[in-house]
Amino acid sequence: MPVVTETLDTVQSVTQSGYKWGFETHIEMDLAPKGLNEDIIRLISDRKQEPAWLLDWRLKAYAAWLKMEEPHWARVDHPKIDYQDLHYYAAPKKKQGPKSLDEVDPELLRTYEKLGIPLKERAILAGVDPGDAEEAARTPVAVDAVFDSVSVATTFRETLSKAGVIFCPISEAVRDYPDLVQQYLGSVVPVADNFYAALNSAVFTDGSFVFIPKGVRCPMELSTYFRINARSTGQFERTLIVAEEGSYVSYLEGCTAPMRDENQLHAAVVELVALDDAQIKYSTVQNWYPGDAEGRGGIYNFVTKRGACRGARSKISWTQVETGSAITWKYPSCVLQGEDSVGEFYSVAVTNNHQQADTGTKMIHLGRGSRSTIVSKGISAGHSNNTYRGLVRIAPQAAGARNFTQCDSLLIGDQCGAHTVPYIESRNRTAKVEHEATTSKIAEDQLFYCRQRGLSEEDAVGLIVNGFCKDVLKELPMEFAVEAQKLLAVSLEGSVG
Amino acid sequence: MTAALPSGAAGFLARYAALRDLLPGDPALRDAAAEAFRTAGLPGATQGRRPEAWKYTTLRPLADARFQSTAEDTNGGVPPAAMTALLARAPTLDAPRLVFVNGAYRADLSTPPALFARFADQPDFGTLTWPDREPLVALNTMLAADGALLDVLDDTDAGVVELVHLSTDGTAAHPRHCIRLGTNARLTLLDVAIGDGSYLHNPVTEVHVAAGATLTHARLQDESDRAYHLATTYAGVAGDATYDSFTLTLGGRVGRNEMHALLAAPRATAHLNAAQLLTGTQHADFTSVVRHDAPSCTSRQTVKNVLNGRARGVFQGRIEVARVAQKTDGYQMNQALLLSPDAEIDSKPELEIFADDVKCSHGATVGELDIEQLFYLKSRGIPDAEARAILVRAFLAEALDAVSQETVRAALEQSVERWWERQAA
Repeated sequence: MPVVTETLDTVQSVTQSGYKWGFETHIEMDLAPKGLNEDIIRLISDRKQEPAWLLDWRLKAYAAWLKMEEPHWARVDHPKIDYQDLHYYAAPKKKQGPKSLDEVDPELLRTYEKLGIPLKERAILAGVDPGDAEEAARTPVAVDAVFDSVSVATTFRETLSKAGVIFCPISEAVRDYPDLVQQYLGSVVPVADNFYAALNSAVFTDGSFVFIPKGVRCPMELSTYFRINARSTGQFERTLIVAEEGSYVSYLEGCTAPMRDENQLHAAVVELVALDDAQIKYSTVQNWYPGDAEGRGGIYNFVTKRGACRGARSKISWTQVETGSAITWKYPSCVLQGEDSVGEFYSVAVTNNHQQADTGTKMIHLGRGSRSTIVSKGISAGHSNNTYRGLVRIAPQAAGARNFTQCDSLLIGDQCGAHTVPYIESRNRTAKVEHEATTSKIAEDQLFYCRQRGLSEEDAVGLIVNGFCKDVLKELPMEFAVEAQKLLAVSLEGSVG
Repeated sequence: MTAALPSGAAGFLARYAALRDLLPGDPALRDAAAEAFRTAGLPGATQGRRPEAWKYTTLRPLADARFQSTAEDTNGGVPPAAMTALLARAPTLDAPRLVFVNGAYRADLSTPPALFARFADQPDFGTLTWPDREPLVALNTMLAADGALLDVLDDTDAGVVELVHLSTDGTAAHPRHCIRLGTNARLTLLDVAIGDGSYLHNPVTEVHVAAGATLTHARLQDESDRAYHLATTYAGVAGDATYDSFTLTLGGRVGRNEMHALLAAPRATAHLNAAQLLTGTQHADFTSVVRHDAPSCTSRQTVKNVLNGRARGVFQGRIEVARVAQKTDGYQMNQALLLSPDAEIDSKPELEIFADDVKCSHGATVGELDIEQLFYLKSRGIPDAEARAILVRAFLAEALDAVSQETVRAALEQSVERWWERQAA
């Protein structure tokens, strides 16, 4: 049973190291003064050498944000955030924009090493020829590594550009492809969509831009590593992925963050656009610092993710494994505008200790024959609270729309909470909507069976939980699936016995 | 009656100011409720954000409504012939019957059981309701003038009692009912609401089921299609006791049935079943909260909506499981059948769980009639309309089967039949 061995190894390695990814890199930071006002926004825009339209766009977002209130409907509880006590701009100090990887700060490269960026990319970061055909043939992964707020290196640019794929930091895209960015930025998540999205629109410093032209199947999985590093810097990433007619892309996002005491705010926005027959697969493993066993510290993860299936037969699939963050507020959604378009949401959310997760999805059916599938697995342990909150809306014009939703919650221990809040709104009689939800604990007989075969209680729980999440984990790309399995076991560590 | 009568919430507050010293019971309690109502207003009718509990139902139309009277001044004014005609629409059971007209008890129309008393004589606001949280409970507490108090003694089977509320055009009634069952007692209550014209019927019912007792509470809401029916029920269920309720909604322009069941001691059981048959521009909301506050309790819920025309059905159901409520068994099923292109269903089944050794699940389905089933029937020579009716009846039968008391179930089935006849006409 390889999984068992793996779980055993993982538990062992982690019990010894605590939060494995909790280290801090010391690099000189270029910090803007604390606080948020028009001047800071102008400063960000100026530093990024942005065109005037983007500055106007930011200022519009800021004006909207000033009039908005923090959302209070989620089942999360945290001290009031002082938005004036944060740095809104932090960039790793650099000589000149690094043109090649050799110029990248070796300290950064070591950070990626610690982060566990796959060996191959590290080799490439270290200067191995990316054009090597043999190398590229083996399941290549392109990495746009984000260190704090500025992308420092992008690999596989050559291979991608040969295919016509654009994969670059969004600030670069603003410079190099202003028309594309202007056309799509904010078209899925408008500047005043919600409090955190408006904040992000005003102050976002970096993120990724992906453009897959007509009929192109992206030759490799695209991957971004996000990492929050500087003390008291909010992270406001902005990701925009556009898949033209008939194209396909799989995008991976993974995060770790250093251990620290004070809460950090992360308010990212991800926008996806899929045109006719295009497919976007977006996978996330989120493992930010969840705070310590007493609930001190940890990341506040308030993220707006939304995909628009604009074209006929387009498909957007969200897969997420959420194990980190002190608070998660995140609802990756699909607006199914195209005829016969497809939206999918596969989620595993694990909370332990004092973590709070309020996550789910929205499937807005507008197109005829649009279909959606939601599979959500919530696991609560310790003193945590885990909420699934989702919306399925069938508009009057969405004839023949179809939704299936399955939400399962697992409780480990009697001090945690598991909540399910689905909203189902149907205005077309030819649509069919099905929703199922269950809440239970790990069955005694399953546990007994595993224990009787010599597994420790903790390993048995890890095994059963992995089985509980299988429907979601199998949707992940292979390398992520392995990482996710380990994460599950690690996140639940200390929750039994 | 002056022409300058204020509308909406202000109208109710003005009425309270006029009636305050005439109403029975503790004025301090009513004053507090009035204050809560003044602050909250009618959900959806005031500026600002609508409370989450009222996400899908707005009382905006009530903001402009003027109700000229409450019980005291109209009771005598309703012509007896009109009353008899209305009353004829209520199911006839071979059982004691209590009749209220526009919120006031009518001895001349009633055949009361021994266990009955009037709220007007023995004002009792109960202990379970939250006027400060529920604007409609506040409104009722502020203006309640009469209601039925039923007290079933320990180890007594009180059989069946029918409670009928009749409303007439332009009135607003806020009856306050309280039903208490002693240890091992039994009662079946058929609660009927009927009326003519445009009016508000805003009853609050408090139920106490003591250890080992069983209350079967069937409600038939067959109000006028211009009526506002806003009913709130709070039920406290003790150990080994059962509160078995079924709500059939057929009438009303805007209807809301809000039910709170509190399972307070081990092995308590609550059934909050319902069926809503709506057509035209009707809007009906069935909102329930089941609170598991003790171990080994059971809750069951099957709620079915059949929606035709431009009707809108709403289901909100929450199961709350407290930390202590281990071995909870909770189940909730919500199904909606959309018969017309313009019908709408909004459904929100919620689970809120703080105990780990529980078995809770909910399911929801929304769709139209199964085309294959329809084809099967039609291929056997059954005309389309009839085939559809058979399938809808089968869909409803499952919900009505939950009513175990046979005479009551028969009465509800008959009302459903009459609803069909009205659709065909």
